[in-house]
Amino acid sequence: MQRHHTRATILSTLFMGLGQIYNRQFIKGFIFLIVEALSLTYFIQNLGRAVWGIVTLGTTSQHFEKVKGIAKLVKGDHSIFILIQSLITIIFFVLFLIAWYMNIRDARNTGAARDAGHTPGNFKQSIRYILDYKFAQTFLILPSVGILLFTVMPIIFMVMLAFTNYSAPNHMPPAKLVDWVGFETFRSLLLLKSWSHTFYGVLTWTIIWAVLSTVTTYFGGMLVAMLISQQGVRFKGIWRAILIIPYAIPQMISLLLMRNLFNGQFGPINQYLKFFGLGGLPWLTDPFWAKVTVIVVNMWVGIPVSMLLIMGVLTTIPRDMYEAAEVDGATNYQKFRIITLPMVLFSTAPTLIAQFAGNINNFNAIFLLTNGNPVNGNYQYAGSTDLLVTWLYKLTLDQNKYSMASAVGIIIFLIVATFSIYNYRRTKSFQEEDMIQ
Amino acid sequence: MSGVKVRKIIRLSLSYLMLVILSVAALYPAIWILFSSLRPGKSLYSKTFIPETFTLEHYRALFYDNTLLFPTWWLNTFKIAMFSMLLGVFLTLLTSYAVSRFRFKTRKTTMSVLLVLGMFPGFMSMIAIYLLLKEFNLLDTHLALIIVYAAGAPLGGTLIAKGFLDTIPRSLDEAARIDGAGNFGIFWRIILPLSRPMITYMALTQFVGPWVDFIFARLILRTKEKWTVAVGMWDMVNSNQNSNFTTFAAGAVLISIPIMILFGFLQRLLVEGLTAGASKG
Repeated sequence: MQRHHTRATILSTLFMGLGQIYNRQFIKGFIFLIVEALSLTYFIQNLGRAVWGIVTLGTTSQHFEKVKGIAKLVKGDHSIFILIQSLITIIFFVLFLIAWYMNIRDARNTGAARDAGHTPGNFKQSIRYILDYKFAQTFLILPSVGILLFTVMPIIFMVMLAFTNYSAPNHMPPAKLVDWVGFETFRSLLLLKSWSHTFYGVLTWTIIWAVLSTVTTYFGGMLVAMLISQQGVRFKGIWRAILIIPYAIPQMISLLLMRNLFNGQFGPINQYLKFFGLGGLPWLTDPFWAKVTVIVVNMWVGIPVSMLLIMGVLTTIPRDMYEAAEVDGATNYQKFRIITLPMVLFSTAPTLIAQFAGNINNFNAIFLLTNGNPVNGNYQYAGSTDLLVTWLYKLTLDQNKYSMASAVGIIIFLIVATFSIYNYRRTKSFQEEDMIQ
Repeated sequence: MSGVKVRKIIRLSLSYLMLVILSVAALYPAIWILFSSLRPGKSLYSKTFIPETFTLEHYRALFYDNTLLFPTWWLNTFKIAMFSMLLGVFLTLLTSYAVSRFRFKTRKTTMSVLLVLGMFPGFMSMIAIYLLLKEFNLLDTHLALIIVYAAGAPLGGTLIAKGFLDTIPRSLDEAARIDGAGNFGIFWRIILPLSRPMITYMALTQFVGPWVDFIFARLILRTKEKWTVAVGMWDMVNSNQNSNFTTFAAGAVLISIPIMILFGFLQRLLVEGLTAGASKG
């Protein structure tokens, strides 16, 4: 007795919702029907053009045509708009295919249930079922839509750009068309002397920066958090309030402010150094000192965040663990090493990784403070403190080298992602996340 | 005096000394900018740390100078920050609750995908988002900023929030389930109240985001009346270089103070370990 099962499957494959109606789930069936009808109208109008657009990126370039002896500008295809419109259509199509597949599976399962002698649930029961057993998925729908539209789609778009020649001055729509060039951009970036020199130089500094800035703020924050929360320290609230202040000042203000504080000519820091008879330091104008400055300023900005986070974790560590350790005669250092550090690391490991990744892409700290300067004559459009991400920004907005910028972006991503996923999967909070119950 | 006591006094004195040094470092730039905003003249340079004469001229200029639309910018930013905070925190809570409490087939994949997407440099997608908003006719609107900030929130916050939710004992959920609470009931009545420190943390970071971000705001908002404070302030220092430093300082003070007050109110929530008490009681 496989009749219902097979029929429902076939019907649903033919047209979304038919299987459900066959299974007497009318409301659900009609909703599916309407979805398919609307989708079909949309795709009939758009899918063909979308495929054409993605393959060719436009075929008519902007040109002049003589109409009755007068040259007239004829608008060509705008490759980039075509690309993004095509992409949106194709993403909708993929979503539609997923919905279609789910519709078939649903019809088959309900059909199978009928074969086994159950009556299919009515609409209310379906809703109940979803709320009870598919709760997590329901919760994830809304965030997923946002992420799909404003993160995934743009990322796919930018990845595609890396394989085109979209860049100034020769391939800028609407005047000129853009073409697919395959791995040409990556080859130039990694192998062509003029680009690769800048790339490897900036890459090295980016990694040094990310490691130093993460380590200094994390352990700085831990130190401060423990200083305040140790037994016997009074006015905990006041200390905390004072030390939070750098975090409370909007970052873009504090960084612009620091830029002025460290100003070599008029900045107060150099004024003090001169007052004590020391020569001022070229904080922002010397390549080495500029690097020192960004690390120090980043500590000022970043330590309060780590401090807050770690203080939060410290209060969740049960006091009886320490009491038990004291009974066993543990020293302060032992208590820190055996209880505090593992507990803090357990709770903050994802944050730590996120901070590391964030620091590789810490645009604000560099851009607002030094703007990537001081200028480095050996680099293509990059200064001494430029990170890959600020270089990317300059390539995009100042130089219009979109394809090169996209290639740099993909490489940044590959580096960060490989490292972080590997690291994240190893952290306890991923493997043994049920440890704390 | 016993050795233990002496050691304790030394330890505490050193701690206080450290705390004082750190406090000075934390406060100095804040106080410096406050004094700069009260100093007559326009330049960055000053002979003394505390100005010889005080003036409120720069603050007045912020509100009455017609080339600066400071009050408008401030309200714009506040509006954007509020809405993107509410929406962003909501979305983040949904995701983190789902991956923390439920075991479903694609759970680990979901988490990895969130982590990976969070690592893409934001600028990579800048042009794409710009074109997308253009498609939807949302350029130069505050709604566009709110949507984009809120949609990105789960990427940054989920894993942190999940780490926190994991520490709320499962036994509480089960107890509620026995008492007849459904999934929504557990979420509203147990998880939400116990996550207050986490929610506060998320809310603050989400709120501060729009104040800090100026590059994206600058890309989207074209008319001066629609600018956020960040764009306006950036423009103030960038277009006039250091010649207008004291007005910038006054603006910086005005922006920072409300946020600081907010922090003052909320910081106790941030560190209160509500969960530790919950599992014991």
